[in-house]
Amino acid sequence: MKVRHRYIPILLIKDNGIYKTRRFKKPKYIGDPINIVKIFNEKEVDEIVLLDIDASKKKRPPNYELLKDITSECFMPVSYGGGIKSIEIARELLSIGVEKIIVNSSAWFNSVLIKELVEIFGSSTIIGSVDIKKNWRNKYYMKVLSGTKRIYMNPFKWIKSLEEDGIGELLVTSIDKDGEMSGYDKYLVDNITKLVSIPVIAAGGASNYGDLKEIIDINNASAAAAGSLFVFHGKHRAVLITYPNEEDRQ
Amino acid sequence: MITIIDYNTGNIGSIKNILKKIGVDSRITNKKEDIKKATKLILPGVGSFDTGMKNLKKNNLVELLNEKVLSEKIHILGICLGAQLMTNKSEEGKEKGLGWFDADTKKFDLKNISGRWPLPNIGWRDIQINMNLKSNLLSGLNKNPRFYFVHSYYISCKNKDNISMRSEYGHPFTCGLQRDNIYCVQFHPEKSHRFGMKLFQNFADL
Repeated sequence: MKVRHRYIPILLIKDNGIYKTRRFKKPKYIGDPINIVKIFNEKEVDEIVLLDIDASKKKRPPNYELLKDITSECFMPVSYGGGIKSIEIARELLSIGVEKIIVNSSAWFNSVLIKELVEIFGSSTIIGSVDIKKNWRNKYYMKVLSGTKRIYMNPFKWIKSLEEDGIGELLVTSIDKDGEMSGYDKYLVDNITKLVSIPVIAAGGASNYGDLKEIIDINNASAAAAGSLFVFHGKHRAVLITYPNEEDRQ
Repeated sequence: MITIIDYNTGNIGSIKNILKKIGVDSRITNKKEDIKKATKLILPGVGSFDTGMKNLKKNNLVELLNEKVLSEKIHILGICLGAQLMTNKSEEGKEKGLGWFDADTKKFDLKNISGRWPLPNIGWRDIQINMNLKSNLLSGLNKNPRFYFVHSYYISCKNKDNISMRSEYGHPFTCGLQRDNIYCVQFHPEKSHRFGMKLFQNFADL
């Protein structure tokens, strides 16, 4: 029996809409969140990741109203990240139908948060997320707050500590590849899948369904996530929601 | 009316959501009076085995559930942790389970199996239905059924006649049990699109 690949659209929330960035900048409006999620639902998407790219940056809580409307349309797993600073916020999100909690910046600013979340909600509910960039010497470093603040700690050490704190999955996004549709940073994904024994979700750069398949089959990611690939069509990036069907998956 | 037992473990809103989608009434409750009157139950849950059992005890539900399920024999569906709690015990904890199935909950041990098998086992997996059981819960699901899983522990059942479904992750494992009025599934039907809707519809129709 072959294990079915996991392909995950990442949808970025900003001002009640869905946007898509390039290298974490230039957010382009894609559409209404409910409509977009409905389309993915009809396409029987494996699961969905929603990231509020303003919440932590603007120090505001998640947009519960919007998320509630979205999750009531979702009959697949929904993970959410953005502004999850406390147990209470996580609890509220889970109660409105979010399946998994994604923590990025808040884990950096509150070193016990992940441990507490894992203890209360269980490992498989908590996804750790890191945004990684290369410097001019091709060395990797981390950024938090939607890529606005540089962190001076070895990202691989940080990832290892997240695993030790008990996260059930790791979402790794290459900032340099985000929205570029030039393929995943395979070297980065390789290094991380060798480092940890939890499932790794690769994000940033997917340009076609072959990329999704390869990052799993060759670079050992457990899931392939993408933004642009699932919301844009053609070289002029016209908005079109697409998702691999059973045939595309072969 | 389906009664969903709320014992502080995880996301039960999504079960109510999908039931609403298929037009089935449900309520979420932890009150003994409500559960006493229930005619059909769902025992959901995510999280650890011991926390789950302790929360059931804290809400004084163990004895009541035994009465409803074993004496009154109303239909019950256990989901994920709810399924594991129906076994005798789990390698995850020290608490005794409800013991409705002659089964134990074990941790995946995939170290010696070739390939990369990270835990938890997360994602959509194909399942195989034990056709000998002729399970009403699974009717109409025989065409390439797949469901969404998130788990590191699985059920190992001694009585093979109770096994309703199997899947595979590194090795084959049981992902559904059935005995008389008691049903359980390891996966999350509430997050499994039309496959989940069909399963819940079948449960509602029992």
